[in-house]
Amino acid sequence: MNTPKLLAENLTLDFGKGAEAHRVLRDVGFSVADGESFGLVGESGSGKTTVLRCIAGQYKHWTGSIRMDGKVLPKELTKERCRQIQMVFQDPYGSLHPKKTIHSALMEPLAIHQVPGDREGKVAEALESVGLDREFRWRYPHQLSGGQRQRVAIARALILDPRVLLLDEPTSALDVSIQAEILNLLAELRKSRGLTYILVSHDLGVVAHLCERMAVMQAGAILETLEAASLADIEPKAAYTKTLLDASREYGKARGGA
Amino acid sequence: MEDVRLRVESLNVSFPNGGELTRAVRGVSFTLGKEKLAIVGESGSGKSTIGRSLLRLLPRKAVVSAERLEFDGIDILKASEPEMRSIRGKRISMILQDPKFSLNPVMRIGDQIAEAYIAHAKVGKKLAEEKALHMLEKVQIREPGRAYRLYPHEVSGGMGQRAMIAMMMIAEPEIIIADEPTSALDVSVREQVLEVLRELVDRSGIGLIFISHDLNLVRHFCDRVLVMYSGKVLEEVEARRLDDARHPYTRGLLDSLPSLAHRRAHLPTLVRDPAWLA
Amino acid sequence: MTNKNRTTRSGKAGATRSGRSSEGRSEARRAEMRKTLAAILKNPLTVAGLAVIAFLLVVAALAPVLATHNPAAQNLSEALRAPGLGHLFGTDEFGRDVYSRLVYGSRITLYIICLVSVIVGPIGLIVGAVSGYLGGIVDTIMMRITDIFISFPSLVLALAFVAALGPGLEHAVIAIALTSWPSIARLARAETLSLRKADYIVAVELEGASKARVIFRHIMPMCMSSVIVRLTMNMAGIILTAAGLGFLGLGALPPAPEWGAMISSGRRYMLESWWLVAVPGAAILVVSLAFNLFGDGLRDALDPRLE
Repeated sequence: MNTPKLLAENLTLDFGKGAEAHRVLRDVGFSVADGESFGLVGESGSGKTTVLRCIAGQYKHWTGSIRMDGKVLPKELTKERCRQIQMVFQDPYGSLHPKKTIHSALMEPLAIHQVPGDREGKVAEALESVGLDREFRWRYPHQLSGGQRQRVAIARALILDPRVLLLDEPTSALDVSIQAEILNLLAELRKSRGLTYILVSHDLGVVAHLCERMAVMQAGAILETLEAASLADIEPKAAYTKTLLDASREYGKARGGA
Repeated sequence: MEDVRLRVESLNVSFPNGGELTRAVRGVSFTLGKEKLAIVGESGSGKSTIGRSLLRLLPRKAVVSAERLEFDGIDILKASEPEMRSIRGKRISMILQDPKFSLNPVMRIGDQIAEAYIAHAKVGKKLAEEKALHMLEKVQIREPGRAYRLYPHEVSGGMGQRAMIAMMMIAEPEIIIADEPTSALDVSVREQVLEVLRELVDRSGIGLIFISHDLNLVRHFCDRVLVMYSGKVLEEVEARRLDDARHPYTRGLLDSLPSLAHRRAHLPTLVRDPAWLA
Repeated sequence: MTNKNRTTRSGKAGATRSGRSSEGRSEARRAEMRKTLAAILKNPLTVAGLAVIAFLLVVAALAPVLATHNPAAQNLSEALRAPGLGHLFGTDEFGRDVYSRLVYGSRITLYIICLVSVIVGPIGLIVGAVSGYLGGIVDTIMMRITDIFISFPSLVLALAFVAALGPGLEHAVIAIALTSWPSIARLARAETLSLRKADYIVAVELEGASKARVIFRHIMPMCMSSVIVRLTMNMAGIILTAAGLGFLGLGALPPAPEWGAMISSGRRYMLESWWLVAVPGAAILVVSLAFNLFGDGLRDALDPRLE
């Protein structure tokens, strides 16, 4: 009954071999319930994005286990796995093929998975579900603004109707006003589609906004797991978490007085 | 206001774009004294263009005009190129976002700072090296002797940015233009870099122009804030009283940030009004 | 939703566009091509290069009309005439009209260029993209093979090849192709290596795309522009190698009016009859320069890194 949607246990990953080996993940473990939104917070080099890429299937030489709905996920990128888990990247300028129209970017997953039926209709639908006009499909990425590109990237990730969406700093390359729009969109999509999110960010405010729970990572390990609702007043155990919290709380306090 | 170093009056910058002129900066005016002035705006608001036009570092095709663009009695628009060279990096310095691109990758950090000092003060190598070490210490790098011998790719972003600041400071400039100096840095490092900058600016009475997209950062760090949108300054507020900002754009920006203390299911989004540019 | 400056112009076009897919697609493509073309035509040197190439194409196409004489017809009584009214560029030792030979020779030059490019482009692209993307043992083997080819001086390799197969235009083409694919492969591989970890490539991998799909549909289009640029620049070298082979008597067989062969046979009379060497030499110079200029302009227009 209470099988977590995703359960990661003892994830360990080294880059390089022998004496040169560099451990980027140390025994990372967490569980995410169905429909939950789980955050990974940390600084650059903390391994938060690496965790995401292990779950996505980009890295294959990790040890430990990742279970989805109680079943062990194979390390190979099977088509079945791609239909279940999709990812949105940080840089909206780098995640869309510069020489392909939005249309062909969105058709690609449908063609790979040989989705039957009206594919053109599905593309238009996907665009509209992220708040873009269907006419956008004839544009090239360079004709779109950062926010529009990120919407396209979300549409592409959702077009195969996955259950889990991995979000790698989805708003950190965007202006704050655009960030608010994308965060709202992500919140809406989760609600209407019952998606499970894993969100990676360095911005505690963003994670707290979108997630119920979050893990704070440093140097490849999880320091502690926190409830978003309690962030405003808890006393964190790890010193690093405190630094992170102080930086974000200062902002909150200033606005609280407004 | 006394001790004004820099006066800008209705600065306009346009870029030719396929027959048309795109106006990047529209009639911006401000003055800078011994203070920390923030220029805040979203991408494309023209905030970096202002910084570059103060040093005449814009591409040649840019069309720049101003009623007044004056630094210490020098008309920057009319100054000769040798005159500009005597200002650039010596009296007005610039710190860019990513130290990786502004440091020479094949030269030890210390040597770069020493060289900057030799160029500035015309001193011998020995003296310059001592000065460079001293500067590294001043920007709170823990083991200046070790940092001196490192190459730019061997240091972290925060340390690189501090080395960059050390290099800028060695020429004892009167004005520093910092263009998003901390945006590439992690939160914990960011504080350290800002602290270094704050102390240097306060102690040596430098005028700082701090270009940023981050209203909340600026609120704690700077004295005055210019809020820019599409090349225009919409509002000028005291940093401390940012919450009393009246312009709907400033309010909208502040409001659209997610906050820990005050969680909302839906973030208010900004509605842009063409009348702002009228 | 925000519409930033750079999108508003196309936004207007989008509103009037009909919803039909093929129309929208081709319009998007046409707009892209127009932009590239405008960028190419901006530089006068590129235009000059393009003009010479166009001129070469016209001359080759209209050779029978433009030529004043039969390029192979010998007339010993007219041998070694200086340039003048009857023979625009003079005549050679057999009394053949140099101008007419030059005009027909353009066909041979174009034939060699086209054939070599058609062979070399796809081979280089595929070898480079495949070995760059797959990496590992495949990459090692393929790159060692290209190393071997690259470490031979190209003319010597071509010489050896032609010597083995016997002289002739087709053999010259194969020999030139053999020596020029490795540079294309190297280029495509370097390009692929820089793309391999790009987010948009990772994104299609995570969509479940097969390796072949990633290589052919996503990596190759990105390598295409730099490969085309390199091919264009290579054309100048191809012309020179072809002329060199011709000069050594290993390219086109006489009496074919290949430019290099013309220089070769003319060099015996060079001191008295300068035109025998100067005219085809100038043609080789101008055409290979034109390809270089055009290639340069093409790179400026297609390579986004230079912006």
